[in-house]
Amino acid sequence: MTNAPNALTISDLETVYDSLASAIDQAGQDKSSLFLVKLALLNANALASADVFQAHVQAALQDL
Amino acid sequence: MHTPTTQARPSIYYTYEVFKPWLPSEHPQPTRQKVVIVGAGPAGMVTALELARHGVPSVVLSSELQFSQGSRAICFTRRSMEILQQVGVADRMTEGGLPWRFGNSYYRGQRVFRMEAPHDADDRFFPIINVQQQFMEEYLHDACKANPLIDFRWGNKVNQVAQKDGYALLEVDTPEGLYALESNWVVAADGGRSGIRTAMNLEMEGASYEGFFVIADIKVDLPLPTERLAYFDPDWNPGNTILMHREPNGIWRVDYQLPEGETPEEALKPESLKARIDAQLAMIGHAGAKWEMDWSSVYSARTLTLPDFVHGNVIFTGDAAHLLPIFGVRGANTAFQDAQSLGWHLAFVVKGLGSQKLLANHSAERVGAAREIIDEAGKSTRFMTPPAGGFQLLRDAVLSLSLTQAFVRPLYHWRTSRPHAYTHSILNSAGDDNGLFKTGPAHGAPPQNVRLGANDFLLDHLGGGFDLLYFTDASFIPEALQHTIHSARAQGMPLRVIAVGSAQPVEGADTTLADADGHLRERYGIPANGGAYLLRPDQHICARWLTLDATRLQAALNTALPQ
Repeated sequence: MTNAPNALTISDLETVYDSLASAIDQAGQDKSSLFLVKLALLNANALASADVFQAHVQAALQDL
Repeated sequence: MHTPTTQARPSIYYTYEVFKPWLPSEHPQPTRQKVVIVGAGPAGMVTALELARHGVPSVVLSSELQFSQGSRAICFTRRSMEILQQVGVADRMTEGGLPWRFGNSYYRGQRVFRMEAPHDADDRFFPIINVQQQFMEEYLHDACKANPLIDFRWGNKVNQVAQKDGYALLEVDTPEGLYALESNWVVAADGGRSGIRTAMNLEMEGASYEGFFVIADIKVDLPLPTERLAYFDPDWNPGNTILMHREPNGIWRVDYQLPEGETPEEALKPESLKARIDAQLAMIGHAGAKWEMDWSSVYSARTLTLPDFVHGNVIFTGDAAHLLPIFGVRGANTAFQDAQSLGWHLAFVVKGLGSQKLLANHSAERVGAAREIIDEAGKSTRFMTPPAGGFQLLRDAVLSLSLTQAFVRPLYHWRTSRPHAYTHSILNSAGDDNGLFKTGPAHGAPPQNVRLGANDFLLDHLGGGFDLLYFTDASFIPEALQHTIHSARAQGMPLRVIAVGSAQPVEGADTTLADADGHLRERYGIPANGGAYLLRPDQHICARWLTLDATRLQAALNTALPQ
């Protein structure tokens, strides 16, 4: 996946990295999947593109 | 020897009549029948009534001596009412029914979605009306009984159907023993557990879902309007879904999903039913409300269809042809559309007005409808009763988000049964102006109803044969068109002409609708004189023209009745 022009800056990426990790811990093991799915749906809605979302799904499924 | 029970079924609100069995010794030896309909549910009876409308007699066989046990189908759509209007029982449905158009979905005590079904001023009927199935069957049966073309036989159970050369041979069991019945056509309307389908080893295509639902009808006094209620993941039944509907006669339908692993037998134990219904009533703020059980059953969602409804001289219809989930009121409502379609297609074949291509078309159209329904119902079912894993997780995420995020709330709206448009039907005219219209019902679509005046709607005037809507303010239908219409009629085609747009009766038309304000022309997208629509006997559109001429009318009539 190539970097989009509106990609995160390094420092914003680091902020997202830390906040996502903390939120997963905050949700707890039982609820982390639920939390991540909610987050994905919110992000997908903000993307406003089922195609872009589909590309993200494929990228995330790689190399698991 | 077939001995159906003569004990009236128990019910709080419905008094069952036990009918006398039809006995072969009391009737002349049967000759070869034109059509035998196996099953006297909604699909069977509407098929018989539609056939009779087209002048084709039929024998209807019911293995029982009374109407169905319990309320079963309770929600009937606008299109169902339009079909029932055609067979003469819509007024009785309206009299006893509870119409509604709002639905509410609740999660964690909050109403997270409200469905508001549109109700157009041009519609005669509400989006949905609630009537218990026994009443609906009684109304249909009264219509059958009053029709001299319908030979209704209670207590006649079909043991066997053998396909012969050009007909079928049925072995029928009665309270005095067996008799043989020959028929050119057999309509298998024998329900979801169709014995005929099983005996013929026909496989259905599609999916079955794991979740079980209890369906319970209770008599209870709840001060709530007639609106659909859906509760997701309540404290008393975590992870599962509950539905409630008001029925006539002080009855409420409560559907609730069973916890995983629980068997139907366990779920139907009186103490289990009591605890759960008490818990549900408490949750909606009516703890301790007095109630009484009328009927209960267990249901699981399936989305299955036969890939072809016509097998030799046997034609499957309704639940015998497909099994559809309750979410979206798709069982009886689909059966009515099947039966309406089958009625005219089969009648025209029996009368020799069209070839067996008509039956192939019926099957293609209705299998297409079943597949469309399965696709839509599958989405609803995956939300109502999600399979474990990804679908469960997504559904739960949507429930959680819906408390604060409006964008996910439309996912609560499971699509409701709607009439299928036969967009690619072989009966649609190729050389008409379908693509040139800016609005109005297109090829294969069900008709758009239009209010013409007080208690007077367009669909009141259509059906029973082909209808040509001809839009003109002139005093006569052009002679060349009249000539084409007369020659089609001379060949046996039932074809009525309805002129629209003239204050005076139009010569050459059977009926004239003034349409003084131009509203009907507007809804049908007719910009000028000379436009026309051709509707099939099931009221679906098969041709439309901005300017009709005799050559193109003839072509459309030829296409609509393949030889």
